Amino acid sequence: MIEFPEKTIERSSVELSKEDFVSDQMVKWCPGCGSHAILAAVANVFPKIGYRKENFMMVSGIGCSSRFPYYVNTYGIHGIHGRANAIASGVKIANPRLSVWITTGDGDSMAIGGNHFIHIIRRNIDVNIILFNNQIYGLTKGQYSPTTPMGSITKTSPQGTIEHPFNPGELVLGSQGTFFARVVDNNVKMMTEVMFEAAKHDGTSVIEVLQNCVIFADKTHAAVTDKEIRDDVQLHLKNGEPMIFGKNRDKGIRLKGTRLEVVTLGENSITEDDLLVHDQYQQDPGIHLMLAKMAPPHFPMAFGVIRSAMYPTYDDLVEDQISTAKATSKIKCVDDLLNSGETWEIK
Amino acid sequence: MSHHSNVIEKEDIVIKFVGDSGDGMQLSGTLFSDTAALQGLDLATFPDYPAEIRAPQNTTAGVSGFQVHVGTKKIDTTGDQVDILVAMNPASLRSNLKWAHPGATLILDADAFDEASVKKAGYASNPLDDESLSGYNVVKAPVSSLTRAALKPLNLDVKSADRTRNMFALGICYFLFGWKLDSTIDYFKVKFKKKPEMIEANKIVLEAGYIYADNIEALASKYHISKAKMKPGKYRNITGNIATAWGLLAASERSGRPIFLGSYPITPATDILIELAKHKSLGARVFQAEDEIAGICSAIGASYTGSMAITTTSGPGLSLKSEAIGLAVMTELPLVIVDVQRGGPSTGLPTKSEQSDLMQALFGRNGEAPVVVLASSTPADCYFYAYMAAKIAMEHMTPVILLSDGSLGNGSQLFRITKVSDLPPITPPIAEANDATYKPYLRNPETLVRKWALPGTAGLRHRVGGLEKENITGNVSTDPLNHELMVKLREAKVQKVADVLPEQEIIGEKEGDLLVISWGGTRGTTQDAVEAMQAAGKKVSLAHFNYIMPLPKNTRQVLSGFRKIVVCELNAGQFVNYLRMKEPDFSYIQYNKLQSLPFTVAELTAKFNEILEEK
Repeated sequence: MIEFPEKTIERSSVELSKEDFVSDQMVKWCPGCGSHAILAAVANVFPKIGYRKENFMMVSGIGCSSRFPYYVNTYGIHGIHGRANAIASGVKIANPRLSVWITTGDGDSMAIGGNHFIHIIRRNIDVNIILFNNQIYGLTKGQYSPTTPMGSITKTSPQGTIEHPFNPGELVLGSQGTFFARVVDNNVKMMTEVMFEAAKHDGTSVIEVLQNCVIFADKTHAAVTDKEIRDDVQLHLKNGEPMIFGKNRDKGIRLKGTRLEVVTLGENSITEDDLLVHDQYQQDPGIHLMLAKMAPPHFPMAFGVIRSAMYPTYDDLVEDQISTAKATSKIKCVDDLLNSGETWEIK
Repeated sequence: MSHHSNVIEKEDIVIKFVGDSGDGMQLSGTLFSDTAALQGLDLATFPDYPAEIRAPQNTTAGVSGFQVHVGTKKIDTTGDQVDILVAMNPASLRSNLKWAHPGATLILDADAFDEASVKKAGYASNPLDDESLSGYNVVKAPVSSLTRAALKPLNLDVKSADRTRNMFALGICYFLFGWKLDSTIDYFKVKFKKKPEMIEANKIVLEAGYIYADNIEALASKYHISKAKMKPGKYRNITGNIATAWGLLAASERSGRPIFLGSYPITPATDILIELAKHKSLGARVFQAEDEIAGICSAIGASYTGSMAITTTSGPGLSLKSEAIGLAVMTELPLVIVDVQRGGPSTGLPTKSEQSDLMQALFGRNGEAPVVVLASSTPADCYFYAYMAAKIAMEHMTPVILLSDGSLGNGSQLFRITKVSDLPPITPPIAEANDATYKPYLRNPETLVRKWALPGTAGLRHRVGGLEKENITGNVSTDPLNHELMVKLREAKVQKVADVLPEQEIIGEKEGDLLVISWGGTRGTTQDAVEAMQAAGKKVSLAHFNYIMPLPKNTRQVLSGFRKIVVCELNAGQFVNYLRMKEPDFSYIQYNKLQSLPFTVAELTAKFNEILEEK
């Protein structure tokens, strides 16, 4: 049985507000870019989390998403391409008393930094990853990314891409992820709620934000985000509640055999009791994986917290090992070490 | 009763244990050197093993060796040539005979020289039967059969019994030197605590080897080496990799900055990672990363938070880390990068040593990206230079590359234990909470060092990153004149480290006919060679460099006193070309060896004599 040590991030003695996190730097994202909404959500949520403002730390790699640390007044590192998760691993292990937030994109974390992404998740280091998924390389002006839908015409795929895209949720769960949530950039309210949940979660939290790049992949997520249809194609998950969606809230998800199925309430005497009830804390990732993979046209796409399971975190286990070693080892200082083992005196 | 009355007094002896890579040669060598140390001898050791864990048996590809140089004189090298070669099979004899002196003693397991093994080793005829070993003092000991016979009462299986053969050979060696077996038997008691039958078995075989040697006539003489005249004090044996790890731990303790290591296993640097992982009681946070890049990037993250951050690697790993080193240069964060060099390029010769990463350490990054470069020069001084690397990194807010190499890392030497408090203090420039004057890139006007503002501290929130920084504020800047200024500031900051470095030492006179220059892991050999020249009345001096970037301030002065300068290094001429760039007013002769083998004293003195004779 592994004990979960108490969290040691110091709380603020005064109430903080958005203004406490405003940086003096000019925000240089394109007008209409989804990143502005993500920044707004972060500004909403940081004061609510309640930690001292000096205990927040932002880490990023390279890409439009990765300019983020300059726009929030916290401690921060704007790293190198793909390495945000590796840098943040060091930050959190070295100082677990920091609330660490990573902003990264589908290029940064799915392509050049794919290795670090899967390993930070596998280790369950207690950080929060905001994955800006715009399905395109924006900062280098429009090449396809590992999440670009197959067949898409981009600057580097003039005849359409011939690559199968990653579904980030599937990758997170395949890496033994303990927290995965999905949100849309135009829903600041849900984004704020989900970020708060991520902050509460002990372990690596990944929030996939379906983000619109107005310049190079405009409306790339329109099939799930378009105002006209979104209620019919978005399933908003709430823990402990049945999975209902649709403009008229008459559709639901049920488990039939080993697969999910969309049903209509009232048809074939189907009631709410037949529907799956969301259990984000379930350790078994089976249903979570099915939810993460759902997509139109046959299914709605799942939004909100899909998975939030309790597992020991790497950084807590490091602390445990250090305190055990300090308590039990005979080597208390380097002089002890130098004089340990076989030594002899020469007169 | 001993048949031997003839005891030869020796200044030093080189012994090498060779056999199949499963024959326990590393253990024999280690136990021999531990016992030698207890006899009060100075020593140096070097393991020589193949890249494969278990190459095919009885082939030259699978030969593992361990060389020990012991002496009453100061021992700086593992020795040019071997006086006693202990070979457990034909393949190991065949691949190591070239290192033996003419007339050397060869202790061979005669049982292992069967027809099949002789053929597998590539011999046309059995060297025990033909004349090929006539120039040596050959001891044909039936090691395998006598080992089995000695263990008969214990009823051990043949495999376990054969595994103790190495102790029979070790017993013979102890007899040769007249050493007691106690400390080795004590070792068995610890090592085989859970297998008591193996304590007894190893003890019986060790004693059997000793008695066998006492009974045969083949060993014409025994050796005696007087206690070395070493500085009084407490000593231990230490490898360069462990000394490096301990030097870093000492720097962490002395600076008060917790140590963080982000590293990925790579030969021959892995032992530093393994060693630091043992020391969580000293607060070591050791992160075995998913790759070399994550190793250094995690260290950069840790450094930003105020840890004394380290990454350890070898050549190929240093290549992978280049971009991240640039990030540490730009963010001006302290970071120690230890490169235990091996033969290159590419995967090269992983288990062999070379000095061929110097140019990569100095210049292997995009942009103008100066870093401090240091090099350790003996297994024992890896402790001091690791400490200095960390001290310079923290006090000057810069990445420091510490060059070690496979020979230093795996080689061992006696180490005189000092107190951590005897080392120079380390005072990192940590910014005070709520310092209203704090700016991320505001510098100390003398050292040009910026302050280290640690996350969690009130009033110092700031961001750093890889984009060019505006002077003082640290904001992102693409201003052309600012860029030029920052490039110059970063260079000047690193050059100013020279202000605190010790002067370059000259071993010998400050003027003369020849200045020998070496750097890093070759010190033992170049010093022995220069001292041999001096003893022969030649006007030869040595300048051995540990501080490479920046060079010590008196470097030009050191170079000025000599008619000729030769730069000796185990690469194609990297330090000599760096000197040609930095100190172009001198003419340099270069002497390079590219065999992934150390220099020998003999080849160096021959070269120096040749240079002195040339007009």
